[in-house]
Amino acid sequence: MPLMRIHIPNSVFLGNINHFLNGFDPSEPDKLEITSHPKWFWVHPVVLCMIAAIGKPVKPENIRYEVLARTKHYLTRMGLFNFLGVPPDMEIEEHEEAGRFVPLTQIKTSDELSLFVQELQPILHLEPEDVEPIRFTISELVRNVIEHAASDEGAIVCAQYFPNKKMIRIGIVDTGVGLRETISDSYPVQDDITAIKLALTPGITGTTNRPGGSAQNAGAGLFFIKTIAYVNYDPFVIYSGNAMYKLLKRSGKQVTLRANPFDDRHSKENTLPHWQGVVAGIDISLEKTKEFAEILGIIRNFYRQTVKEKKKEKYLKKPKFV
Amino acid sequence: MKHNGNGSVTINVLAQAGTFAENKDTARDIRREEILPALEKGKTVILDFSGVTSATQSFIHALISDVIRQRGINVLDRMLFKSCNSVVKNIVSIVTDYMQYEEEPTEPPNA
Repeated sequence: MPLMRIHIPNSVFLGNINHFLNGFDPSEPDKLEITSHPKWFWVHPVVLCMIAAIGKPVKPENIRYEVLARTKHYLTRMGLFNFLGVPPDMEIEEHEEAGRFVPLTQIKTSDELSLFVQELQPILHLEPEDVEPIRFTISELVRNVIEHAASDEGAIVCAQYFPNKKMIRIGIVDTGVGLRETISDSYPVQDDITAIKLALTPGITGTTNRPGGSAQNAGAGLFFIKTIAYVNYDPFVIYSGNAMYKLLKRSGKQVTLRANPFDDRHSKENTLPHWQGVVAGIDISLEKTKEFAEILGIIRNFYRQTVKEKKKEKYLKKPKFV
Repeated sequence: MKHNGNGSVTINVLAQAGTFAENKDTARDIRREEILPALEKGKTVILDFSGVTSATQSFIHALISDVIRQRGINVLDRMLFKSCNSVVKNIVSIVTDYMQYEEEPTEPPNA
């Protein structure tokens, strides 16, 4: 009987995620088999989100897993078995979640998202200034899913914080229509990697091809998130259809924002197994993170310069702050 | 919305959007039900961000971009931003900048 097979290697970070992505086969969605590397593993939360997303529609009796006790313990604490409706077959000592991770969470509505981001700070036990880029990133990515994915399942989110590295790793996944279909509502798109490129380009939104976007969408959210990662030397991965774009750590100290994501240091693939929807993974290093306002100032200068060049005007109308 | 008695109204963003202003549905409602009607009546609108520690670009876009599109960039003379911290100031500036990418405006200066 054909089935989906997911093998979890001993480690998956955003840097080496290509190997995992190339190894799973989502073509038979009725049965799922999960196996793992015999040695202790750690996987990026985005991998757990992917397994949860494709496993959720599978009937629990059609899910089989073969993982070691330590692995099982980890997957249980991250909420995977609960998510899949499969008992973990072991006693788990539950700990207070605060300060370490955000277990797999499904977010379907705008109000659920608002509640989720409100609770992030107490869950992660972070300082308010540290949580700003995290909730900004999660809010923008999940809202994209709610508005554009056309999926009843919404977004699946998971995050893990590493206090010793002051690093949070975040995964956000959906099984909706995917970037190609979304973007092609307003722009001609020949393949998935082009759709990703357009989605990351400022001013491009699937809702309109008008500069400045529509009343509700500007086509800026993914550009902001890519910029947060770029400025902080953090990796960012986005995968949809058969294509994946990975922003690599910039080299050197100079910060130069570019509208075309392919002009940034990156890698890309366009022959991966088809993911129906969008997968996004990002790491945010809070130790290296510039103040959020400073990053926004860099983005503001980028837009200001772009608009001035386009309009050939020296001055733009500025908002009045009182 | 508070009527100030001097031809202006003040909209308390915190009361509707919370300290992290990110819900675009809330932003849309403020825009449609408060900002645009007040401007239509010739009022100056003061968006009071006191207590708002952060906002998303999506929220600010949903709050003001269509106001600028409908009334032109000079509407910024009658739509003021009060008590914004540096995060909110930057995001408001980004949105007002990229909204000037378009050719319009429809509202004359100091209308």
